[in-house]
Amino acid sequence: MDVTNTTMLGVRDAVASKEVSAVEVTRAYLDRIEKHNEALGAYLEVHDERALQRAADVDKGQLTGPLAGVPIAVKDLFCTSYGKTTASSRMLENYRSPFTATAVQRLEDAGAIILGKTSMDEYAMGSSCETCAFGGAKNPWDPSRVPGGSSGGSAAAMAADLCAAAIGSDTGGSIRQPAALTGVVGMKPTYGRISRYGMIAFASSLDQCGPFARTVADAALLLKVMSGVDPMDATSAPVDVEPDLDEVEREVKNLRIGVAKQYMLEGANDPAVQQATDDAIKFYESQGATIVEVDLPHTKYGIPVYYVVATAECSSNLARYDGVHFGHRTAEPANDIVELFSKSRAEGFGDEVKRRIMLGTYALSSGYYDAYYNRALKVRRLIKNDFDAAFEQCDAILCPTTTTPAFKIGEKADDPLSMYLNDVYTVNAPLAGIAGISLPAGTTEVDGKALPVGVQLIGDAFAEAKLLRVARLYEAGHDHWNLRPAL
Amino acid sequence: MSNQAQPISEDDVRHVAKLARLTLNDEQVHHFTDQLGAVLGYIAQLGELDVEGVEPLAHPLDLVNVLREDVAQPGADRDAMLANAPDRQDAFFKVPKVLGDGGGA
Repeated sequence: MDVTNTTMLGVRDAVASKEVSAVEVTRAYLDRIEKHNEALGAYLEVHDERALQRAADVDKGQLTGPLAGVPIAVKDLFCTSYGKTTASSRMLENYRSPFTATAVQRLEDAGAIILGKTSMDEYAMGSSCETCAFGGAKNPWDPSRVPGGSSGGSAAAMAADLCAAAIGSDTGGSIRQPAALTGVVGMKPTYGRISRYGMIAFASSLDQCGPFARTVADAALLLKVMSGVDPMDATSAPVDVEPDLDEVEREVKNLRIGVAKQYMLEGANDPAVQQATDDAIKFYESQGATIVEVDLPHTKYGIPVYYVVATAECSSNLARYDGVHFGHRTAEPANDIVELFSKSRAEGFGDEVKRRIMLGTYALSSGYYDAYYNRALKVRRLIKNDFDAAFEQCDAILCPTTTTPAFKIGEKADDPLSMYLNDVYTVNAPLAGIAGISLPAGTTEVDGKALPVGVQLIGDAFAEAKLLRVARLYEAGHDHWNLRPAL
Repeated sequence: MSNQAQPISEDDVRHVAKLARLTLNDEQVHHFTDQLGAVLGYIAQLGELDVEGVEPLAHPLDLVNVLREDVAQPGADRDAMLANAPDRQDAFFKVPKVLGDGGGA
């Protein structure tokens, strides 16, 4: 069998039944990385020796668990006590973490083989992977296009089968948007499901770790393994992980699919995106689901709220990079400590990070706090209230993940506002702290190349078990999940 | 903002950059002023809404005072923590003079 052309569960089962060894599996993925990573830029660093060592441990029966022998890619936002952890920033170019993020540790404790660290927008701030300080990832379907972001490297690695599964983080859409643009499954769990310990902070009330996978069942198992309260993260939710969280084949009885006019911006949607969404609605109807019209009147305020809340939190979180304790320090003379801070930060951060720090600093500054930050938090409440009312009437909300397929590298790079508008369908779920999943919904031809489009399902807080089952129903009725780019 | 959108000025950007500890040159100030102005203009639409009496939502979870038992636990390893320091001396982070002339470092 070609282990790099199956699913994560397929790899796991092949290793468990000794059809192939974990070392053979790991070698097969490392070979693909060797062959394709230069063109795609998905990985910033590959931990081949360590991966092969751990694979050998699996083969010797010394490393066991539900993910034994499964090769996984990790966004370079997650600290690992081996290799570098850069957040794709010059600021952390040489940073070596003294500890490992809980999410990664839980994967490893379950027997997973971490292949390496993937490229991303700097500090997870971006929607295209172009703000990466070390060369962003490219879209495997068309390398002249972006893979989305910020978790673009993990999405590209998943789409190109340079891993059996991957993890990323989603603050305003950073898992779901790249998943849609590269044709894979990407899930943002409920806020607090997975510990943020060791995940470099961007916006602490929004950031959430989640999986990239080929299938819904793969994503569900990854979620289950990583979920659960963690004493190292006071904001991880003290909610038990349901034993049947990964039983995606279970039926959702009397399924009600919500559709909101605010999530059907027909004028903004690419025709292929609109078609995929309309088809998905018809599909659920054909499966006996009731289609319910729900009203989410504050949807359009999501982006303005996000760019106040996320930047305010980022300005605070990134204050720790001072050129003193860790990270980049200027080589230029500094007359005093403030000059040392200011020069080090100016050299270490890229423009998008600077923009967001300044925007957040402005929104929190004296005289503007009430007008910007406090008002944004009130509108955030209204957005959450909209969802609470909608989930009284439906099990999941169906909508596009993005308005368009992948755009060209450079197309929006110097127009921050146009880049921000990419997040129109993804930004509200993190503001409300609820879950969302993007599913591959086929491809559309653009400039002679097939480009993936995605559909999204949004589900209520801590209702991922149901959301995954609803997602699986769509997946089972289509063959989109198995479309792969020709490399 | 709730009444009228004020475009951000270059002086505002210089002030914010100072607060945020970011050294900017004139060209960057000019560039960022335009870009931040466009984003703030977009954000100004939040002023359309009546939010009187709405409770702000700062965090999605209703957790308060998440504390562990007050029992001493081993902390992080000092050398591991210092290993990433750009400059150090013995067990200390080394920085330029913090106080003004006469204050010593």
